[in-house]
Amino acid sequence: MKTEEIKALIEKALPGVKLKLVRESLLVENAADLPRVAKCLKEDPALKFDYLSSVTGADYLTYLESVYHLYSMEKKAGSIVLRARTDRANPRLPSLVPIYRGAEYQEREAYDLYGIVYENHPDMRRIFMWDSFEGWPMRKDYEQEDSETLEAADVEWLEKRGVKVSDADRAKAEELRKTGKRAVAQKPTGSPEA
Amino acid sequence: MNKGEISPKNEVQHDGQTLEINVGPQHPSTHGVFRMNMVLDGETVVSLKPVMGYLHRNHEQIAENMSYAASMPYTDRLDYFNSMSNNFGWSLAVEKLAAIEVPERAQYIRVIMAELTRIVNHVSVIGFLLNDLGAFFTPVLYAFREREKILDLFEEVSGARMMCNYFRFGGIKYDVPQSVLERIREIVDKFPKFLDEFETLLTKNEILCMRCQNVGVLPAELAVNASITGPMLRASGVNYDIRKVDKYSIYDRFNFKVPLGKKGDVYDRYYVRVLEIRESLKILDQALKEIKPGEIMNKKMVPFLKSPRNFKPPVGEAYGRVEAPKGELGFYVVSDGTPQPWRYHVRAPSFINLTILEDLCLGHKLADAIVILGSVDIVLGEVDH
Repeated sequence: MKTEEIKALIEKALPGVKLKLVRESLLVENAADLPRVAKCLKEDPALKFDYLSSVTGADYLTYLESVYHLYSMEKKAGSIVLRARTDRANPRLPSLVPIYRGAEYQEREAYDLYGIVYENHPDMRRIFMWDSFEGWPMRKDYEQEDSETLEAADVEWLEKRGVKVSDADRAKAEELRKTGKRAVAQKPTGSPEA
Repeated sequence: MNKGEISPKNEVQHDGQTLEINVGPQHPSTHGVFRMNMVLDGETVVSLKPVMGYLHRNHEQIAENMSYAASMPYTDRLDYFNSMSNNFGWSLAVEKLAAIEVPERAQYIRVIMAELTRIVNHVSVIGFLLNDLGAFFTPVLYAFREREKILDLFEEVSGARMMCNYFRFGGIKYDVPQSVLERIREIVDKFPKFLDEFETLLTKNEILCMRCQNVGVLPAELAVNASITGPMLRASGVNYDIRKVDKYSIYDRFNFKVPLGKKGDVYDRYYVRVLEIRESLKILDQALKEIKPGEIMNKKMVPFLKSPRNFKPPVGEAYGRVEAPKGELGFYVVSDGTPQPWRYHVRAPSFINLTILEDLCLGHKLADAIVILGSVDIVLGEVDH
């Protein structure tokens, strides 16, 4: 079944739900409708998309997006791609775990890397990074800490434990402290040969 | 910034009867740096929380910062047992994105390599499962003896035993000489004999049956709902094999069956893998008969071998998936027309297959939880990506 046909089918079954075709996929314009759409896709006898293959986030600079790839194991058909968008400042999307258990770890992964909070998720915690980690590593504006350069706090920590810090390192840490900057790693740009 | 929201589900209520223990991360039966936070009542598992991320290296970000072709060797490190299948998934996704065709001989070689990988994986997993059962290292060394023969072939065709980095967009890196095809034929012919011997030792073994039957039962409905794939799903009786469903590459040309389990217990997961090896051998047999001399690279893609940064797929996105030995391995890639992918995502089968680990283990003994984890078949390079 083609994406346009599925779109028409959902719009008929769920009046009021706005869908938009984006790159062969369905964008759910009002993210709150996402569970309803997913439920319809899963339960409609003509569709039966019972298998949620992949859930992931993506950063498009002005908004964050969550992408869902669905297939039907019963009909051996597929796929349909759903997307939902949310703003970067307070990214919140409804969780699909009540409908598809398979979303549980994948939504935690998207939360961990992009900071998208999936509401109604039974266990919304970081999954790969440690709990006290700050920042969302997969966002395009994420600045990675430079582990080679010492900051003032590092110098203090080391000296308290009797480790000698070279003058050059200390001067650099002091300079960073004065300017209020953190030691940030240069983003790899990819070498011409790579 | 949102801090991790801790839900009450993680807080364990101890009433003095239960014991909380950590299995791992440095534990031989967790197959790598994986931790299971368990609460036991006596020896019975009351709660089990998988803790992962010890091997996390943000594989996706690494790939987003380099050219498409440069990610190929990194995919080897996902599931380091099956680098050929990982290569297959990644090249399939990019070939879908940029609409690249692959010559016939390359398709055959890809299928041969992917099926050899499946044999390597399944035979070692069965060995490790027996390790977890307490048959320490005898079955796994029998399995490794056979595995080594196949790894020798990989070394001969690609230059590396495990980190093969063999596939290229639009083909493969090196052609396979006739002498190697003959050696593959020899292995394919001799393998059933080894498998029969292996099975005599295991399949009807009373200890194996008692420890595995009715342990960790996964109902078909839950398996589908929890996005379980691969031999685990098929052991629960769901007939879903991406080689059959998507017919990617040239899998529609081969005649093979999809083995299914009945109950979905550990024993079924073991036996489905044995049967899958036999089906892989059938595919290999047919592929070796049909393979013909010819091109191994799409001519349009040859210049990009030396200048990968000139390869800029059109703006768009693609999701390529293959039936890797552990389940559905999917690559989601978004191109913005530059040499680097804008978004690169790996759908890692062994990571998602862990979703239902707690459900499988609840009510079983601690020793059975170890066996259940063994039957899920995880590789931490892929779980933590």
